[in-house]
Amino acid sequence: MSMTDNASNITGPGPAVQMEGVHKWFDQFHVLKDINLTVSNGERVVICGPSGSGKSTLIRCVNRLEAHQRGQIFVEGTEITNDVKHIDTIRREVGMVFQQFNLFPHMTVLENCTIALTKVRRMPKAEADKVAMEYLERVRIPEQAQKFPGQLSGGQQQRVAIARALCMRPRIMLFDEPTSALDPEMIKEVLDVMVDLAESGMTMMVVTHEMGFAREVADRMVFMDEGEIIEVAPPSVFFSNPASDRTKLFLSQILDH
Amino acid sequence: MTEAKTYTPGQHPNLPPPPNMVGSMAWLRDNLFSSWTNGALTFLSAALLIFIVPPVLDWAFLNATFSGESRDACAAATGACWAVITARFDQFVYGLYPSEATWRINIAFVGLLIAVTPWLAPRVPFKKAFVIFSLAYPLLALWLLAGGLGLEPVYTGRWGGFMLTLVIGVTGIVASLPLGIMLALGRQSDLPIVHTLSVTFIEVVRGVPLIMFLFMASNMLNLFLPQGVTFDLLMRALIAVTLFSAAYLAEVVRGGLQAIPKGQLEAAQAMGLNYWQAMAYIILPQALRTVIPGIVNSFIALFKDTSLVAIIGLFDLLNMAKAIVTDVTWQGLSIEVYVFSAFIYWIVCFGMSRYSIWLEGRLGGGIEGTR
Ligand SMILES: Nc1ncnc2c1ncn2[C@@H]1O[C@H](COP(=O)(O)OP(=O)(O)OP(=O)(O)O)[C@@H](O)[C@H]1O
Ligand SMILES: [Mg+2]
Repeated sequence: MSMTDNASNITGPGPAVQMEGVHKWFDQFHVLKDINLTVSNGERVVICGPSGSGKSTLIRCVNRLEAHQRGQIFVEGTEITNDVKHIDTIRREVGMVFQQFNLFPHMTVLENCTIALTKVRRMPKAEADKVAMEYLERVRIPEQAQKFPGQLSGGQQQRVAIARALCMRPRIMLFDEPTSALDPEMIKEVLDVMVDLAESGMTMMVVTHEMGFAREVADRMVFMDEGEIIEVAPPSVFFSNPASDRTKLFLSQILDH
Repeated sequence: MTEAKTYTPGQHPNLPPPPNMVGSMAWLRDNLFSSWTNGALTFLSAALLIFIVPPVLDWAFLNATFSGESRDACAAATGACWAVITARFDQFVYGLYPSEATWRINIAFVGLLIAVTPWLAPRVPFKKAFVIFSLAYPLLALWLLAGGLGLEPVYTGRWGGFMLTLVIGVTGIVASLPLGIMLALGRQSDLPIVHTLSVTFIEVVRGVPLIMFLFMASNMLNLFLPQGVTFDLLMRALIAVTLFSAAYLAEVVRGGLQAIPKGQLEAAQAMGLNYWQAMAYIILPQALRTVIPGIVNSFIALFKDTSLVAIIGLFDLLNMAKAIVTDVTWQGLSIEVYVFSAFIYWIVCFGMSRYSIWLEGRLGGGIEGTR
């Protein structure tokens, strides 16, 4: 059950994601402040920080669900600008998994997975079905293909959402708190799939509070607070010997339970 | 006192419900005589029915006259003189359309039924062929009704009756839904020009009575057109009705759009779907589904509002009825004529209403109902 296909896609030379002096405002509210972060190909970066610190906003800037106002963001060498062509190119390289799954309730699991293949990639339906089934098998729910999202458990829905994103064969996957909306007993099945994906060599940016997962897969930890990146460190250092007091405070709070 | 029989836990059998819960007596008690006021209302309603139903039946059927050449045929009977309907049936249906060409209307009508099938029925065989036919249908209908290309031309001034009502109603419905959807999307747009234009259009149109629109369409349009250019009166009415209905539909559709969580569009965009693809495949199918009752409600209103075109001199079903009422041969039969016309409007509107209820039940009760 490896996902080596994805790994073989990763051939780009430069960094996967490069953010240079990125600022963003919501009206008057300065939500991202001078973000500098480079994610190499195949690297797994876990982003954590208190609620409202700008974690979601940061990763949403990577596929232009949010627009930044200052600085530069490059994805696989393409700069994100207002140019729709660039945005399309980037979204083809980047898959995203949301906290609330955001599956399309009026479509079956299979249709959820094939819609972008057939409409964006213009792939014939039979071929798209095959690709979708392949990824549904990898997230271990091929038998649910004909059901509607509303008939699945939260954990199953989130695995469908992962399969749906993988169908487009992205080089980079963004996860925004993928397990926060799940009942405890379902968190593991989703994390297992993500660990698999990480082992396949996928470039990943993951916002999560699952510190066990972070320890296992992260190459680097990013700690954010109030719109700034406070600390970046490999997990071994980050958890045992954090540099900043804010990180320490946050870790003590989050590792309590 | 009922003897409370005890069972060992886990051994309790399924027992029939107590007798006072089931049967027709229970139904009567629960529904008609549950309290003193309810009982009194039941008797009052029964009395009213007894007073009203027999005379109506008498008038409409038992003592009615169904055929005849003039009002004299009905002189002997005390009931309704339906003879006027049978004698003038063609005018009710076809208006002043030349009688040797009414077969074209009949074909167009059958074509209409075929054309709407793929949109109304959830699953039909040969759906693709049906859809192609219904896309070509407007041109086919135009050719059949207006003539030309080998068919005797029939000037739209001679169109009338139920056929004209149907032309205006169907055209209005078919044209105003896409326009209303575009306006609703425009109203939500981030582009200031598109947004402002949509809001302005919607608010202006909603603030003006349809009749005024029709007046303007029939009189004022000439001011804006170059000298000598004429513009078919029916065409003007169609445009007025369509624009009017589109503004209302836009607001209904907007309600549906607002009911869709923001994450749906984000997920679609994250997968690379562009705006139009996201709307067409993800957002609108869900949004329209939630507002089917509102949309059908607008369609029903539109269908009844077609009767306002009488004001600008078109002979739709209602205006035709009015003309028939004033005919000396059939003088004094306004009740029969109007009851019959009302009945036709009612059938169509009731049909739409039932269809929407059926559709809602089908979609809501379906497995995809949960989110
Ligand atoms: N569309 C928006 N308009 C205005 N303010 C916003 C918007 N989205 C987010 N914010 C604000 O920006 C700040 C950062 O939000 P963001 O969602 O990035 O935080 P987060 O770190 O992901 O928090 P959480 O852990 O709660 O998800 C918050 O204060 C939030 O209220
Ligand atoms: Mg967040």
